[in-house]
Parts: sequence; C-alpha cells; structure tokens
Amino acid sequence: MRFFRNYSRSPAAVVGLLLLLVVIGMAATADWFFPQDPLNLAGRPLQWPGANPRFWFGTDNSGRDIAAQIFHGARISLLIGLVATSIAVTVGIVIGAIAGFYGGWVDDVLMRVTEAFQTLPNFLLLLVFVSIFGSELLTVVVAIGAVSWPAPARLTRAEFLSLRSREFVEACRTLGMRDRQIIFREILPNALPPVIVYASVVMAVAILLESALAFLRLSDPNVASWGNLIGLGRDVLRTQWYVSAIPGVAILLTVLAVSLVGQGLNDALNPRLKGR
Amino acid sequence: MSAILTIEALGVALPPGADRPHALHDVTLELRAGEILCVVGESGSGKSMTASAILRLLPPGVAIDGGRIMFEGQDLARASDAEMRAIRGAGIAMIFQEPMTALNPLRSIGDQIGEMFAIHTDLDRATIETRVLALLEDVRIPDPRLAYRAYPHELSGGQRQRAMIAMALALSPRVLIADEPTTALDVTTQAQILALIRDLQQRLGTAVLFITHDFGVVAEIADRVAVMQHGLVVEQGNALDVLSAPQHDYTKALIAAVPPLTAPRPRAISDTAILRIENVSKTYRTGGFFGRNRRVTRAVRDVSLTLPKGGTLGIVGESGSGKSTLARCIMRLVKPEAGAVRLGEIDFATLTPAQLRASAQRMQMVFQDPYGSLNPRRRSGELVAQGPMVHGMPREQAMARARELFALVGLDPAATDRYPHEFSGGQRQRIGIARALALEPEVLVADEPVSALDVSVQAQVLKLLAELRERLGLSIILITHDLRVAVQVCDLVAVMKDGEVVEHGPIGRVFEAPEHEYTRALLASVPGRGFAAGRG
Amino acid sequence: MRVLALAGRRLAASLPSLLIILVGMFLLLQLAPGDTVDALIAQMGGGGDAAVVAELRAFYGLDISVAAQLGNYLWRLVRLDLGFSAIYGKPVSTVIMERLPATLLLMSASLSFAFFFGLLFGVIAARRVNRWPDTVISTLGLVFYATPSFWFGLMAIVLFSVHLQWLPAGGMESIGAGLTGFARLADIASHFVLPTLTLGLIFLAIYLRIMRASMLEVLTLDFVRTARAKGLDETRIITRHVLRNAMLPMVTLIGLQAGTMLGGSVVVESVFSLPGLGRLAYEAVVQRDLNTLLGIVFISALLVILVNFLVDLVYAQLDPRIAKGDG
Repeated sequence: MRFFRNYSRSPAAVVGLLLLLVVIGMAATADWFFPQDPLNLAGRPLQWPGANPRFWFGTDNSGRDIAAQIFHGARISLLIGLVATSIAVTVGIVIGAIAGFYGGWVDDVLMRVTEAFQTLPNFLLLLVFVSIFGSELLTVVVAIGAVSWPAPARLTRAEFLSLRSREFVEACRTLGMRDRQIIFREILPNALPPVIVYASVVMAVAILLESALAFLRLSDPNVASWGNLIGLGRDVLRTQWYVSAIPGVAILLTVLAVSLVGQGLNDALNPRLKGR
Repeated sequence: MSAILTIEALGVALPPGADRPHALHDVTLELRAGEILCVVGESGSGKSMTASAILRLLPPGVAIDGGRIMFEGQDLARASDAEMRAIRGAGIAMIFQEPMTALNPLRSIGDQIGEMFAIHTDLDRATIETRVLALLEDVRIPDPRLAYRAYPHELSGGQRQRAMIAMALALSPRVLIADEPTTALDVTTQAQILALIRDLQQRLGTAVLFITHDFGVVAEIADRVAVMQHGLVVEQGNALDVLSAPQHDYTKALIAAVPPLTAPRPRAISDTAILRIENVSKTYRTGGFFGRNRRVTRAVRDVSLTLPKGGTLGIVGESGSGKSTLARCIMRLVKPEAGAVRLGEIDFATLTPAQLRASAQRMQMVFQDPYGSLNPRRRSGELVAQGPMVHGMPREQAMARARELFALVGLDPAATDRYPHEFSGGQRQRIGIARALALEPEVLVADEPVSALDVSVQAQVLKLLAELRERLGLSIILITHDLRVAVQVCDLVAVMKDGEVVEHGPIGRVFEAPEHEYTRALLASVPGRGFAAGRG
Repeated sequence: MRVLALAGRRLAASLPSLLIILVGMFLLLQLAPGDTVDALIAQMGGGGDAAVVAELRAFYGLDISVAAQLGNYLWRLVRLDLGFSAIYGKPVSTVIMERLPATLLLMSASLSFAFFFGLLFGVIAARRVNRWPDTVISTLGLVFYATPSFWFGLMAIVLFSVHLQWLPAGGMESIGAGLTGFARLADIASHFVLPTLTLGLIFLAIYLRIMRASMLEVLTLDFVRTARAKGLDETRIITRHVLRNAMLPMVTLIGLQAGTMLGGSVVVESVFSLPGLGRLAYEAVVQRDLNTLLGIVFISALLVILVNFLVDLVYAQLDPRIAKGDG
C-alpha cells in the first residue's frame, strides 16, 4: 500500500498509468466496438475524420476503418511489447546473473557475446533476421526479443557484480549454501528491481522497433498494426496526412505511457533519490 | 583570550518527516583565538551540522531558525550569499573527512589549491604557483613539485589530507573547521596529521574547531572541549577539566567507553591449539587482456599462527596489512595458494567445495558492516535460521533455535519477525553474531565486528562476545585496526604489516614491551594513549 | 602516447566480438532458404538446367563444405573483399562506398546536434531542477523519446515541405540544378536539415536525460561541497567543477549509441529518400540480396568499433584516472 502512495506522488507517473489503462482498455474492448476484422473494407476510401459519423477517425486508402485499426492495433502493440520484453528480460537475467556471479572466463565469454550483439546496430540485425526467417508476427516478436536482451543482461550483471561482494553473500557462503541457492534465492531478489524497471524501457523500444519494421512493410501484413497504417498513409501524405498522423499519435502515447510508468516505478522504489 | 567565533543559541530545523524537528537546539559555543576546540559526539549528535551551519553549507531543506553566529562583528546566520562567499576560504576555511572524494578527481592538486588564490586575490599565475609550492612544503608533502602536478588518485590518503590542509590554510584564515579529518586514515597517518594540524595552528595562530567522535583525539590535541548529544551541547570547558572530572552523565559514559590501553590481567587458557594456521600465502594477480596493468599484490605472506582452545587471538594492523585477506583465507572465502588451515584433522585450505559446505558449521564468521551483512529482504529470524536449515534442520526447529539465540545475544525473541532495517547498528551486529552461533561452531572469526558502531555500542557488543566466549567455550579470532578494541577481549595478539606477522604473543607483553619497531610505532600513534593511562 | 596504446588495446579486445558477429552472420546465412545462386536463378526467371546451376555454385564457391566456406568467407573479409552483389551487378564494396558519405554526413550531423543540445538543455534542467524550465524540458524530452522517428519525419515533411514549403521533401540534393561550390553545399545542407532533426531528436532526448541525471548526481558529490567551502559561486562551480565530471557518462553513451544511430538511419533514409547505407540495407532486404546485407553488417560493425575507439581516446583525455590504468 505504501508503494502505491509513493508511486502516486509523481503526477507524471499517474498520468502515465492512466494513459496505459486507456490503451489497455482499447485493446480489451476492440472486439466489442469493432467486431469485424479491421482489415476488411468498411466504406469509401479516404474519408476525413468526422466527415462520416460511422468512422470516428475516417478511412484509409483501401477504405478500411481507421478507428478499428487503432483499437485492434493496440492489442498487437501491447502483445508485441509484452512477449518480446519477457523474452529479452528472461534471457538477459539468466545470462547476466551467471556472468556476474561467476566472473572469470565465464564472464569473459558471455560478455564477448553480449558485446557482439551490442556492436551490431540492432535494427540491422532485426532486418537480417526478418529477411532470413520471414515476417510472421511470432517470428518478428522473437526476433525483437533476440535483439533486445543485451541491455538487461548488462544491467543484471552489474547488479550481481556489486552484490556478489557484499557481506551478506559471503555470509551465505560461510553457512554452506550452494551456489544455485545463493544466486536465485539470495541475490536475485535484490538485483531484480532495477531490471524490472528497465523492462519498461525494453518494452517501449520493442513497440518502436516493430512499428518501424511495419512502416517499411517488413512486418506481418496480415495484422492491423499501427506501423502498417503509417506506412500505408505515406502514399497519400500530401493530402490525407491524417492516415499517417493518427496511428503515430497512438504509438507516441503508448510509448510515453510505458516510459512514464517505468519512471514512476523507479522513483517509487527509490524514494530517497527522488527528493532532489 | 578573546573569542573569534561565537555561536549563540543556534537552532537548525530539519525538514518535516525527519526523526526529530531540530538538528541543533540552542547550541552555544565559543571559539577563542589560537586555541583548538574539540566538538565531540556520536553519530546524530549534530556536531557536523554545527560545522556546516557556520559556513552556511547546510543541505537543502535544512535551515537555521534561530540564534546568531558572530564572526568579526558580523552575524553569519544573516549574512548575504555574496558576503558568505567572501568569508569562505579566506576568513573561515574547512577540511573534510574523506580526502579522496573531497577533491575533484579530474583536476590537479596544484590547480585546486591555486583556485583558492584565484577566487579571493588578484595574484598572477606565477605568484600563485610559488605560493602553492610553499604551502605544499609547509604541510610536509614529499616532493612538492610532483604533488603540484599530480591528480588526487595518484596520492595516498595521508598526502591528500595534507593537500586539503594546504588548501584550507592558503589564505591564513582566522578559523579552521576540521570535520573528522583523520577518521578515514590509518592510525599512524592519523597521528602525523594531528601533529601537523597542531604545529600549523601554533605557527599561524589559527583557531581550530575540531569535530571528532574519538575521545582519544580530544586527549591528544584539545585545549577546550564541547560534548554534544542529540543536537544539544551537554557539557563544555577546559579539556583537562572535562576529561578528568566530567560532570554530565553522557560525558561520563563516553569517556568510560574509551578503554585504556593497558591489558587486563591475563586469564587462564588451555595449551591445546584448536586452530593452526601454517604458512598461508595469498597473492593477487591483476592483469587484463594483453598484459596491461599486470600487478602482483602479495596480500598475505607466509603467515603462521596458533589459536588455543577457548582463547581469543587478535590480529591487528592498518589497512593494507592483509588482516582481512587472512580472515577470508581462514574461512575459505578466498583460496590461499599455499599453506594449511588445520581445524582438528581437517585442512580447510585444501577442501573441495562440497567438503567445505559439509564442514562449514565448525567455523563461522561475524562481519564488519551491520548494514551490508544482512540480506535486507529476509526477516531477521530467517537469517539466523538459514544456516541450520541449509544443513537439514526442519524449519520449525530452526526458527525455535533462532528465537533462543536472539535471547542469548540480548535481543527480544519476538523480534525475529522484523526486517534488518528495523534494527539499530548494534542490534544488527548482535543478529550477525546469533547467525554465526546458530551452527554451534568451534571457532568464530570476527572481522572488525565493532568498527562501524558508535563508541558506546562497541563496548556492549564486545562485552557480549566475552560473555559468549565463557558460556559456550568459543575460540575466537578477532580482526581489528583499533588497538583499544583488541585490548578489551584478546588474550593473544598478532601484529600484521604488509602481509606479514611482525610480532605476536600475549597481549599484555606485546603492548607493554613491544619488540618490533612497527609495533612500537603503532602503539605510539594511538591518540590519547597518555590520557588512558592516568585513569584507574 | 600512453592513451593511444590503451585505446589500441581496447580496440584489439573488441576483435573477438567482431569475430563472433561474422561467424554468427555466416551461420545465419546457412539457415536462409536458398542462396545467392537461387536468387540469381530466380531473377533470371527461374529453372535452369542442373549443370548450369552446378557450375554457378562452383563459381561462387558454394559447393565446398560449410567449414571451408567459412574459412574462405573470413579470409575474404580480412582483405575487405565483400563479394559481389547480384542485384546491382557491382562488387558490394563499391556499392557500399558510394552510399557511405550520405550516411556519415547524416550521422555526424545528428550526433553533433543531439550532443550539443542535449548537453545544453540537460544543464539548464539540472540547474532549475523541479522548477518549470526543468518540467518543460524533461517533458519534451520524454515526448521526443516516445515519438517514432519515421512518423516524426513524415509529419515534418507535411509541415515544412508540403504546407510551408521551406525545405525539400527528400533526396540529397537538387538534381539537375547544376549547382557548384558554396551554393551546392547550401543546397545539400538544406536537404539534410529535416533528416538530421528527425534522427537527432530521439538521441537528444536520451542525452538530455543522462546529462540532467549526471549533473544532479555530481552536484551531490563531496568535492562540490569543498568548492563551495572555498567560496566559489554557483556558476563557476558548474563550469569549473561539475561540467567536466558530468560529461563523462555522456561521452561513454556516444559509443554505446553508435549502433542504434546506424540502425535509426535505415528508417530516416527511407523516409527522406537519402542515398545512404541504411536505405541500401532496406533495399537489400527487399530484393533478397543477402551478400550486400552482410557487407553492410560488416561495415556497420567496423564503424561502431571505430566510433568506440575514438570515444575511448576522448574519454582518456578527459579523465586522468583512465590513462594511469585501473586504480
């Protein structure tokens, strides 16, 4: 309970949470508001928002309902964000924990691999994955996760490196605890908070990465993703710019919400640092 | 003698939500020309806050809310920012506790000292350089020219503090405020810095406000002393008067907590050795890729010691002497590359990890940092019960044992539900001791168990160790840098320097008739050793 | 000199990572359905008799064992022979060299823009922390960070090119205008304004946040208190003591973000039709020219390593503790 009170001290964090709830709400009620497939033709193409009361945000070049695509797109974005982030954070935590705890050559090898992933521009690596393995949604999500794990790994490793030499860890060793127990039951609960907070950054980046891929027509064309819509709108940018503008605002607000919530979590978990 | 700095009924308020409304309440002090006034107190007494208030360097949210600070006819509490900036450094200068962090790591020493002149005077660069070099000579820094161009990380702790003193005295201020300047230094270095401060003070006629928690330091250099507790001044007067005939109860308690350096009568201990440390060596090799920075540190060199059954062996030394590394070699937190650690028939130095886990209960450790040695996410009872549970004891039984142990170390058994952050520093050390005792070890290795605690709490924890030693028949190895601590509980002592044991023997003999010159230097550096000897 | 040797050693230490990248890329290639020859055949309209296909395979060295192919591949890379692009009909290295200048120009401009303004606004935000300048700057920073770069680019085109007609909508320069000398430079510059802004905005947000946090952190350090006790005023404390210390994490960040910036250029170059490496990568993916794609990956990795090397040099200049070695 005290955690919620800490969290609500920052107005920005509260705004972020509300925004996020709105997006989740959109995703949850998409079927209720727009039961048809959002990629079906719904009306005359390129109607402006507000011109036709049936289409809140107008229609796109192919005559599909933009509002439907926005609502269903929320599902896709949140799904991608959550799954890719889970993959990245899980892989990152395991690798970072092992590297940070054992040090020595294990750490060297794992860090060289991490460095390899970080030297490559991750969007380029994403392009390579997509060109080899295809553009289905699942592939894209796994690829984004595979590209995003180095940062959580580095963070986890840093936490483990600093916690490993703390006296309570030495105490566990003198008590005769096995390594496995020390890593997962003693150190990890202390190392997790900053990594969990960082997961919000990973999620924000994952959503942006997928939308960039979709914009370039390299993501799954069979889902109503916001990026897809922006790409579509590029063809009619000069006149019907709203086709690109509206989904962009949606992405902006979602990523903003995720970032604000992440920052709010960080401040709530470290109240001493906030009082600057 | 006239007063240079007068603090009258000073009050400093803390922001709402702090554990008390005032950091300082009705504080009245007087600093006279050419004297050293020591302000003594434990943590939370407000002594550092007083120093910060004088220069108006209080942290955000904390403000002066009453009283006056008179300096040269001006009330500093009400002076403007511009007036304060003119006084800082030129009229009143300050030196701090941690010389490493108190200096900008990216600028050279000469640059930073020279800045003093650049701020307050119009001298040109060449003159400033000459003056800075002269200052560095005054504080007796080895090779002033080299030090001038050096960066802080290239100097030792003592040298950095000398540089800070040079910086503070650059403009011959009338008042020098020293906020625990020697606390972070080695005993021998501390003695040198204290002597330096006193010498400079006499030559320049500066008045010094010296903040400390150590009554030994008070005995060493103070002309007058003021004792603070919870933001109030409880007693002040001439140093000799206060030390020999303290009036206030708190002062009496503080003085009593500073034990004399003479060993108590030796008690009878058995002849059989329970732990034999034979020719243990540990060398650290650091070297990154491609041979850069290959550095070889011989932390422990061929150390051999014996711990008699039921006795207490103290290992004393300054930082870098290898005593902590030796403790970790004994406990096998670190593997020595040579030597044996024999407990009975088992040699701990060569056990495999599995064997080590099995034999863990025979030797246990008490750690230094009361805040870092307990996992903040576990309840204190669990922390004590963990050891037996790892070795197979069922949870119920282990928790019951934890409650017994809490009572044994003087804590309320019902407190086993609480988290570490709900206890004080001294109580946390007790929990650490309880944890170590949970496995019923034969040997207890205590690594600086009281150095992070306030003086009054130190005595209590050491008394607890002595009691437990009697009751449970423990054999203890006590690592410490503080000779006064060693004297209270140890039967034997070994003095370490640079990884080697330079002298060892019964503590009474070593302290009264030291044979090695380093032991003599160490004993001579303890501040206020003379003061202790005078008391009954 | 010492500094150079130190950075040189760090450079050498990144070789294993480069090796891992290259081997990894090669192995990934093996997983691709079809290879260069299949792509060629497909381009030629499909179906060719088996003998021709086998000959082609032999010509491209695709008929020997995987391990031998790996050896060949690495050996060629060492000599900077990146293979042949079936799509462009030119050696890959030539194609890449043609496109490199535009990308380098874009990246340098964006980096400078982001670093300079990130520094400036971070310092302002830190000095007026929790007051309205800080709130405005921090909020804007967050919004820029959350904005998809391609969307911002598109909206910028709509506003500045379509409606206001101040700036061109794409391309690197006005083709066929026959401009030379200074006029040509100005023309190129005007074409780069929007792309630089688009790519730089996200990094501006990141640098701003880091600079602000770093300044706030440094302001709590002990030596700042010492500086105050010496009688320094706030401005001089900031410029003479805090700034240099606070900048260190920013400098490190440049190295860490180099890869992300290269990745970002793919999208920005596509939006603004700039003839750079990023867009080349996109075209290579679409046209299944894996040789070219891998060539770009290799060059990108080299670029990132080079940038990190330069960053190490600069960092060592700023922080004397590094030149001495780990203390």
